[in-house]
Amino acid sequence: MLSLNNIQKVFNAGTVDENKLFTDFNLTVNDSEFVAIVGSNGSGKTTLLNMVCGTSRPDSGSIIFNGRDITALPEYKRAKRIGRVLQDPKMGTCASLTILENLALADNKNKRYGLSRAVNNKRRDYYRTLLETCNMGLENRLGVPAGSLSGGQRQALALIIATMTDIDLLILDEHTAALDPKSSETLMEITRRVVEEKKYTTLMVTHNLRFAVNYGTRLLMMHEGNAVMDISGEEKKKLVVDDILGKFNEISIECGN
Amino acid sequence: MTVFLNIVIGIFEEGLMYALLALGMYISYSVLDFPDLSVDGTFPLGAVLTGVLILNGVDPWLCLVISFAAGMLAGMLTGIMNVKLGIIPLLCGIIMYTAMLSVNLVLIKTGTDGMAIASFFTKNTIFNSSLAALIPKNIGGFALRTVIISFLIVIVCKILLDLYFKTKSGLLLRATGDNERYTTMLGKNPGTVKIFGLMLGNGFAALAGSVIAQNKGSADQQMGTGMVVLGLASVIIGISLFKRVRFMEGTTMVILGSLIYKASYQIVLTLGIPTEWNNFVKAAIFLIALVLGGKQAGELFKKLFKKNKKNSDREGKNALTE
Repeated sequence: MLSLNNIQKVFNAGTVDENKLFTDFNLTVNDSEFVAIVGSNGSGKTTLLNMVCGTSRPDSGSIIFNGRDITALPEYKRAKRIGRVLQDPKMGTCASLTILENLALADNKNKRYGLSRAVNNKRRDYYRTLLETCNMGLENRLGVPAGSLSGGQRQALALIIATMTDIDLLILDEHTAALDPKSSETLMEITRRVVEEKKYTTLMVTHNLRFAVNYGTRLLMMHEGNAVMDISGEEKKKLVVDDILGKFNEISIECGN
Repeated sequence: MTVFLNIVIGIFEEGLMYALLALGMYISYSVLDFPDLSVDGTFPLGAVLTGVLILNGVDPWLCLVISFAAGMLAGMLTGIMNVKLGIIPLLCGIIMYTAMLSVNLVLIKTGTDGMAIASFFTKNTIFNSSLAALIPKNIGGFALRTVIISFLIVIVCKILLDLYFKTKSGLLLRATGDNERYTTMLGKNPGTVKIFGLMLGNGFAALAGSVIAQNKGSADQQMGTGMVVLGLASVIIGISLFKRVRFMEGTTMVILGSLIYKASYQIVLTLGIPTEWNNFVKAAIFLIALVLGGKQAGELFKKLFKKNKKNSDREGKNALTE
């Protein structure tokens, strides 16, 4: 279980650009919940994820994860139990390493990176079956540098990497935003399958209202550091885009979008 | 002819020894993407330490190991400045280099009773004792012993480094240079990996200093001047010339780069340029390497290369039809 308690976060404190993003923000996410987060620009969606992952710290308040206070824990230590896919396809993989090397590195997560051989040929078949599940033909391109893949392929690879080892929390930060519509659809389907299969607790930020409505078990709409809409359970299942479009337009117009 | 061949041997001697420095700079500059200026200080550290140790009767081969370790220690400090204190790479290098000026001087002074240069011409070095004694001094009228020993050292280092880059630790180092975020997401501290990479890079720089001092028979602080330029030029020449050669290891590229650098330096010198212009020549070669290795010229190169390729393809076909 993940909970954020009394979070306060101010940007550019003490300057004319001071922005009190979160004043007293609270959120509790239960195990195996798949939360889709939408919201206007600057509403705090990405900051929220960054605070959970440790990329940025709240000014006050606490973050409790699996019964442990992780507020002061550095990012790389939290990452041991968190899988993360970012918006930029370049970020989730290493361009100069081959697909095989990328997977071999990720396969070793939470173990020692010592002087034994990195690529274990016995694992090749396992990597192939993992890649086959995306239907992108990646399984036959193990020796290709990740940098030569398309954005959609790189994000699919990043998702596989993020979910390869045992994790408790999956963070998807607009992971389909840089892709074309077709690739986004494919990636969302892969995401749904992985999350359902492994029952990950998932936080997904998206700009696509349809994705937010069609995927996940809970929907959160953020605006100026508050959750202005929080729908889960049966209500979430019945939800259609039109139900949230009105509210979404309202907050977007307010910001001048 | 003999004169010419002796010049070629000279190029190989120096090119191979400085290839050790290029290997070090390849790790910091190319693999880790860290422009490390501290090698101007760690290179003479290896040299000076070796001079002092040999004068005090330490085995010359052991000096290589000790120099490497000392270089690693210096690299660790550079890394800590960057990672823990948040100082930008260029300034870390300058701070380290400036501090090393004193450290090296103190080392010489204490090791030689107040001299500014450690001379050990008469002592045993890796080029005239133990393993070296097994190799004849003259082969076919040419003094090849130094080349052979330098070659052996470089090859051993290259193979070890290639093997290292295939280990988990080595792959993590490459990943960190490529995308620090990735290392973080693997639950590892990219800062620690970076510090280790800088230790390796400076270890090789000090090793190069040790080998070159042993060849010269003396060591002083002055040896460090221009080492960044020399090492980087080798790395850039090697990588920009050979990056399109498939399956060539980066380490091979920079060793070749070092040889090419030395060759072009030698060619310029034989044109009869006075010695006071030596450093100017080094700077000029570095500039040319940077421009040719840069994007614009890279594209130009690509075009030239493609044209040649097409021509050769055509020739190939003609040869077949004929």
